[in-house]
Amino acid sequence: MKEIINLPVKNVEEEEYHINMGPQHPSTHGVLRLVVSLQGEIVKSLKPHCGYIHRGIEKMCEKDTYPQIIHLTDRMDYLSAHINNHAVCMLVENALEVEVPERVKYIRTIVDELNRIASHQLWWCSFGMDMGGLTCFFYGLRDREKILDIFEESFGSRLLHSYYTPGGLMMDIHPDFQKNVKAFIKYFRKKIKDYDELLTGNIIMQLRTKGVGILSKEDAISYGVTGPSGRASGFACDVRKHHPYGVYDKVVFNEVMGTAGDTFERYMMRMHEMHESMKIIEQLIDNIPPGDYTTKMKAVLKLPAGEYFQRVEAARGELGVYVISDGNKSPYRMKFRSPNFSNLSVLDHVSRGCKIADLVAIGGSLDYVIPDIDR
Amino acid sequence: MNFSIYDFTSFTQWIDKLLYDNLPAFWAVVVEMTIIGLLVLLFYALIGLFLVYAERKVCAFMQNRVGPNRVGPFGFFQTIADLLKLLMKELVYIKNADSLLFNIAPFIVIIASFMAIAAIPFAKGLHAIDFDIGVLYVIAVSSLGVVGILLAGWSSNNKYSLIGAMRSGAQIVSYELSVGLSLVTIIILAGTMQFSAMVEGQANGWFIFKGHIPAFIAFIVFLIASTAETNRGPFDLAEAESELTAGFHTEYSGIKFAFFFLAEYMNMFILASIAATVFLGGWMPFHVGGWEGFNHIMDFIPPFVWYIGKTFFIIWIMMWFKWTFPRLRIDQLLTLEWKYLLPINLVNILIMAFIVLMGWHF
Amino acid sequence: MNSFFEYFADIFRAVKSLLTGMKVTGRYFFSPWEIVTQQYPENRKTLKMYDRFKGEVIMPHNEHNEHRCTGCGICETACPNGSIEIIQAKIDMPDGKKKRIIDKHIYRLGMCTFCGLCIKSCPSDALAWGQEFEHAVFDRSKLNKTLNQPGSSIIKDIVE
Repeated sequence: MKEIINLPVKNVEEEEYHINMGPQHPSTHGVLRLVVSLQGEIVKSLKPHCGYIHRGIEKMCEKDTYPQIIHLTDRMDYLSAHINNHAVCMLVENALEVEVPERVKYIRTIVDELNRIASHQLWWCSFGMDMGGLTCFFYGLRDREKILDIFEESFGSRLLHSYYTPGGLMMDIHPDFQKNVKAFIKYFRKKIKDYDELLTGNIIMQLRTKGVGILSKEDAISYGVTGPSGRASGFACDVRKHHPYGVYDKVVFNEVMGTAGDTFERYMMRMHEMHESMKIIEQLIDNIPPGDYTTKMKAVLKLPAGEYFQRVEAARGELGVYVISDGNKSPYRMKFRSPNFSNLSVLDHVSRGCKIADLVAIGGSLDYVIPDIDR
Repeated sequence: MNFSIYDFTSFTQWIDKLLYDNLPAFWAVVVEMTIIGLLVLLFYALIGLFLVYAERKVCAFMQNRVGPNRVGPFGFFQTIADLLKLLMKELVYIKNADSLLFNIAPFIVIIASFMAIAAIPFAKGLHAIDFDIGVLYVIAVSSLGVVGILLAGWSSNNKYSLIGAMRSGAQIVSYELSVGLSLVTIIILAGTMQFSAMVEGQANGWFIFKGHIPAFIAFIVFLIASTAETNRGPFDLAEAESELTAGFHTEYSGIKFAFFFLAEYMNMFILASIAATVFLGGWMPFHVGGWEGFNHIMDFIPPFVWYIGKTFFIIWIMMWFKWTFPRLRIDQLLTLEWKYLLPINLVNILIMAFIVLMGWHF
Repeated sequence: MNSFFEYFADIFRAVKSLLTGMKVTGRYFFSPWEIVTQQYPENRKTLKMYDRFKGEVIMPHNEHNEHRCTGCGICETACPNGSIEIIQAKIDMPDGKKKRIIDKHIYRLGMCTFCGLCIKSCPSDALAWGQEFEHAVFDRSKLNKTLNQPGSSIIKDIVE
């Protein structure tokens, strides 16, 4: 009896209301589980639980040869498949000290940027949908389809291409590639105005995103938030600008930077990046040099023993590939530093004190792809 | 005995007389009520099914899609197929749910919208009851639906449902004010609360034109507030699918879910028809004072067509809202009501009263 | 007084932005010729996949039922997930020697990730991409295919 009386009386105000967002939930973009403590509508804290789509890609890489690893990296961040491939290919080429032809570099840069636009288009769709504007979803997908058609014509598939190989490309670009890309850019310049009219300028969207989920520059750096989300906070982290690869040193483009670090700034970063990507493609598309689409590589690629690291700017941030080789045809250890994992880690920090509807908007603006978090 | 599609008064009176001549008074009333109940039920089901189809087609066209196109010509029977599917689905029993409230909630929602239909005049002489306080009755009855939503959210024993129900409660309590006050603006202009008298009063010009700017503002406010009251469009916080999966009806399945679904569309229809009746002249054709020839041509179109046309136009605008705007947050929703709509509405009523006093309206 | 004007300016800005959004959806509503939906089962006759489309791995045969596969097994080792299995057979050559030839080239479509390494690594260009994409079957075992047709043989001029 005494024990019962002496039980600590919980203040109703302090009591937390837990809800499980996910693993199956419309706004988590996949099988991510967020355990959210609420007080009324306000988020007190949040715990992400990863691992629902863990496939052990890093472990699988340890039994595969280097050309075989390429098709596994497609399946991490499937929305920037080409860029993931690029990281592994460059790592192998740098380790073997192979110089790839200039044509390959041009094509890789163009295709990377096309992939970035496609990824941002899909992000725009899902962000609009998270905000409750379902029409955005169809406009974004409609335009993304044009890029996917270009991809399908040249590389044979729409999402998981495995187009790059260590030393070059799987096959040359389709003869119509340049014409179609130019037509697409003309088309998309027109259609991106719809995006701005429908969502960017909308008062409801601006009220819901401005000043919500603010991430300071210091926090962005200490959490390792990269990509458009990091740059929105003023963290200059564009690998393309600071450690150029491909032919990024030959093109003129701005590293889009923001200051506010709120959800709206993160949104605007991606909108600007689509314009920048189109600028990059326009500078390159007419100047693809003739030449081979691949270099002659050995039948079995063996990296000299040692450690290697290569990073690229994926659509969502910095993707790092780290390999320890013991001189065999497959790596001893392979580690991917995926941008989404770091970006997810900041979700608890930025969403505290927000409403539950803001949490969805913040999640949309961080743009996480779950298979890349779990790998 | 002459039937006319322009005036149903003689037709309904003929039936009334026939029943009273052949039956005792009590049974005549019972038979009349049964006939009206069945007719309204049929109308309710047909309109509900058609609106679901219309919504899907409208949103598809706004999104560069074709929409339902498999069942029947242009997918016209798609909703009937959906209804059959929902009828045959299992009603999932929820453990630890308050089963009485859980089962009763969909019926409360549907009865509320069912009752509101009774007072709406579809054409001249074609309404179930012509209350002299029709506007008040409709407002009172249509706001009953929130009780069903609250009960559904509470009894489902689901956290998402509860949040959705609470949001819905806050939303409807506040937006009920705007709906009421914007109608009060027109009541001042019309000088009556009886729907039939209101429609008659618009014979020489619809209230939205007669009342100058205040009537137009009242119309806009009514549109916004009624969209909010039906839990639709940018105000669908109660079922915000990206946050709360499906809000208050997360746990409902089969025909009980269909009831909620149908009630949403019927509420939309009812509020649109109130807007059409009060602001756009109901079944009254479009008349311009002085243009006799033009007015005569307009009179050839049957009143029922006028009524349906106006109602569907307003429904289309509501759908347009829904498929364009992102969803508001709960605090912004309340800000919109208490900081913008309510003050504007109150000032608007003052202006309207002043105009009517000075006799500046047409 | 300033805040009073600010209040109305807010309302006008908000209404303007909302109308801009409605203009976009309204325009698409009244321009049905911009619909992009493809009506798939109906357009099946005219639907043409791109030449490079990766539908499935096939082994092209010529009109004499001959293919180019020598059964060397390089595709089997190149495949990252074991979708290909080569079953070899030994035949007696006219000069008395025994020669390995292909008996069955088993391709498991259900495990294939369409990376294209088998086709790229094949020394005699025996494999190619097929444009077939309607792969749905009722039984998983139907996805295991034998690529060389029964009774087929190797084209004479292929040298190992």
